[in-house]
Amino acid sequence: MRTPILAALLSLVGLPALACETFTIGNLMIEHAWSRATIGAERPGVLYVEITNTGSADDALVGIATPVAGMPMLHETVVTDGVASMPHAMSVPVPAGQTVALAPGGYHGMLMGLTTTLKEGEGFPVTLTFRDAGEVTVPVEVLSMRAEGPDCEHAGQ
Amino acid sequence: MRTRRAVILGLGGVAGALAFTLGLGAWRSRGTAPATDPRLPLPIAEMDFTLTDQRGATVRPSDWIGRPTMIFFGFTFCPDVCPTTLSDISGWLEDLGPEADRLNVTLISVDPERDTPAVLSDYLANFDPRITGLTGPLAEVERAAAGFRAWFEKVPRDGDYTVNHTAGVFLFHPDGRFASIIDYHEDRRFAVPKIRRTIS
Ligand SMILES: [Cu+2]
Repeated sequence: MRTPILAALLSLVGLPALACETFTIGNLMIEHAWSRATIGAERPGVLYVEITNTGSADDALVGIATPVAGMPMLHETVVTDGVASMPHAMSVPVPAGQTVALAPGGYHGMLMGLTTTLKEGEGFPVTLTFRDAGEVTVPVEVLSMRAEGPDCEHAGQ
Repeated sequence: MRTRRAVILGLGGVAGALAFTLGLGAWRSRGTAPATDPRLPLPIAEMDFTLTDQRGATVRPSDWIGRPTMIFFGFTFCPDVCPTTLSDISGWLEDLGPEADRLNVTLISVDPERDTPAVLSDYLANFDPRITGLTGPLAEVERAAAGFRAWFEKVPRDGDYTVNHTAGVFLFHPDGRFASIIDYHEDRRFAVPKIRRTIS
């Protein structure tokens, strides 16, 4: 059953791989912003992104905003005694000199109140607000529902 | 940067399941006393519930006897944990190839209110076609969870609700004996050999 993976790869051929571009604000590098396709708009969507702090002072991601969701928020999936839950995260720490990933099974942006279905191959903007660095808007690439992340050549795998 | 996290929480899972089992003491006492450790899932042959799959067919645990079985709990409204688990499992099944064809792989919804058979069908179409989804009356889902010593809990959230639930994957031998648990988001280097041992 290799077909789903192949199909996912082929659909990206020829598209600008938005998730593979790097954006900067101050000492922060933003990469690999991606989301998963949704079935309709009634279910929440998700946002994943990697943030590298090349500076010498700690910062924190304190908020997200996007036109595709009325109520976006930061969550962290935690597994306690084998039970998964996803409490709100007030902020996501971005310590000096480190890379922090909003990634499957950990911190994620929870896009509640979607205004549209998120379709594979499409994109949407998200504005990330940092405590010190301020705001930056980056494009988010919608991958398949079973994607585990964008395939970028420079991504250290 | 796509590091997969191996989260080792096996004992914690058993402790969480124990808490649930204690809460169900009244229900349990009506059944037969388990011959095995009360923190571990019952053998499938001792489970008793009736659910419906995404194609509308009735499924009982006795239907699983004779095939190695892999069961997990989840719900289609969660955008992080459940697609991640289904994506992990689809990857394991692809690694195993035709070897996994006789494996019974089943998701039991902990959100039967929203997860109708039709919703499960739409959702599962995105993952390996060998995965079955089950839903049904809440009381039957609770009976299923009790057999697996699994926990789930509906939690109000921002005018809506979410469901906290046991995140591990349960493996059973073809005769229905419990084999092992694959922890949430466990690395496939560990998960695939565990499944292979259960299949063969
Ligand atoms: Cu969430």
